Amino acid sequence: MSRRVSIAYLIGLGLLLLAPMFIYPILVMKVLCFALFACAFNLLLGYTGLLSFGHAVFLGSAAYVTGHALKVWELPTLLGLLAGTGAATLLGWIIGSLAIRRQGIYFAMVTLALAQMVFFFFLQAPFTGGEDGLQGVPRGSLFGLDLGKDINLYYLVLAIFAGSFWLIQRTIHSPFGQILKAIRENEPRAISLGYDVAKYKLLAFVLSAGLAGLAGATKTLVFKFATLTDAHWHTSGEVVLMTLLGGMGTVFGPVVGATVIVTLQNELADKVGSLVTVIMGAIFVICVLAFRRGIVGESLALYERMIGQKGR
Amino acid sequence: MTEIFGVPIQALFGQLMLGLVNGSFYAVLSLGLAVIFGMLNIINFAHGALYMTGAMLAWVFLEYLGVGYWWSLVLAPLCVGLIGIAIERLMLQWLYKLDHLYGLLLTFGLALMIEGLFRDLYGVAGQPYSIPEEFAGAFNLGFMFLPKYRAWVVVASLTVCLATWYMIEKTRLGAYLRAATENPKLTQAFGINVPLMVMLTYGFGVGLAGFAGVLAAPASQVGPLMGSNLIIIVFAVVVIGGMGSILGSVVTGLGLGIIEGMTKVFWPEASSTVVFMIMAVVLMIRPAGLFGREK
Repeated sequence: MSRRVSIAYLIGLGLLLLAPMFIYPILVMKVLCFALFACAFNLLLGYTGLLSFGHAVFLGSAAYVTGHALKVWELPTLLGLLAGTGAATLLGWIIGSLAIRRQGIYFAMVTLALAQMVFFFFLQAPFTGGEDGLQGVPRGSLFGLDLGKDINLYYLVLAIFAGSFWLIQRTIHSPFGQILKAIRENEPRAISLGYDVAKYKLLAFVLSAGLAGLAGATKTLVFKFATLTDAHWHTSGEVVLMTLLGGMGTVFGPVVGATVIVTLQNELADKVGSLVTVIMGAIFVICVLAFRRGIVGESLALYERMIGQKGR
Repeated sequence: MTEIFGVPIQALFGQLMLGLVNGSFYAVLSLGLAVIFGMLNIINFAHGALYMTGAMLAWVFLEYLGVGYWWSLVLAPLCVGLIGIAIERLMLQWLYKLDHLYGLLLTFGLALMIEGLFRDLYGVAGQPYSIPEEFAGAFNLGFMFLPKYRAWVVVASLTVCLATWYMIEKTRLGAYLRAATENPKLTQAFGINVPLMVMLTYGFGVGLAGFAGVLAAPASQVGPLMGSNLIIIVFAVVVIGGMGSILGSVVTGLGLGIIEGMTKVFWPEASSTVVFMIMAVVLMIRPAGLFGREK
């Protein structure tokens, strides 16, 4: 990580350690889960240039598997999280190997269609509870700490988020991450340099799916339920929006985007009812038309312009 | 009663007919997507929402203005086409130089807005739209009853598809259109107003979606959510068929509708996923799609 990013990371972490004293911890945990989801998505869209329109299915499948493992199999919490993440990773491998056969716009359509197929499977499968979802998932305990208490769970969720965020940064700045960026910038060139592009794309897809799954598994723990909404294409659209609004291809963009969207939804849900969808759609349109670098990207560009003027 | 593979023949033909009806909608919608993609290089995510708009407009016309089915069949697609032209002029035209993904994202946002707006106005529940008098009842074919309206839907959709094919492949306007798809700059240099053609193409493409929406209104309930699930299936249809050929997308649409209908008879649980499964298989065997060319 560059020095600036490291400092921002440490400040953010410090603020998050203190956050539950001032803000309702469940809300912060929700933001953290979606921020992790968006960061995982950004790894794929922002750094590899692949737009997956079915990422909710990894969130949803991990949420169901974790819920099932904790409630029915009564596994310990940590194993439940692992089971969910593992399931999403496996699903990511299957969907990824099919989807990378097509490029660009077709890639988006293929991921969306395959995700819809899994969605219908969840709708009919007996273990998901259909429209009702999987409710009353126990949180269990970890190292003797009772996770039923929100504050204990908060620090577990924060640890998961901070660790995953760090892992994503390491990935981006590793040689592997550099190759992903090369594929984003110029795929034929990367091929001609001798890289097995399909393999790298698949690996990025699987990693992104697994981390999205970790976010879903953690979310089940926070809310104690898993529902069809998690796997619905609306959620896939939401994560695209979070990344776009915050700034795709930026380190903190997805976190900012997730914070804004989750807070907005939280504030607006009682006030405007079904108009929330309209507002989300409008933000999409505005972002694409006028604001393509997102909040973080535009701020950075502004900052650099100011620095540039001073230097002259 | 005669049976085939343990299924009463009437149920079998009934589902075959329903499959054909759904297939006609897939055909008209994927045709519109293909025409738009050819010209604008944009995958129109708002296609499902505009299909729904067509159906809702027909319902609104009837409910509030007393305008009947036949007028709606002309007016609603025209209105949807005009909405499309407004969308193209106000938003899409700024995106042509960018990555194709932005067009998908913009139209996705538009789809959310349109759907949310109708949901706010009319609620989630579907509204009934009665079948026009001329098509009430059914033909008795001896081995089955064929509801007249379903037959009309298939005939009307196929006629529209064929007319579109004829216009694009056999007329002068179509030749301009194909030229502009192939090489917009050169076509413009020959004095053809390409931006105008792009605008009209988008209007025409979404007008087709609006037309399908009005056709669908009496066949199913009219509601704000009728477009969103359909568009994902149509995406799968487009991936299976490839967007290179017009007749290809029509054939793929109809074929998949029939396969879906047959799945409802023989393996009901899989009927909602069979199109996606076929897509997965096609991706494994022929990644470019059945009628597509690898670029």
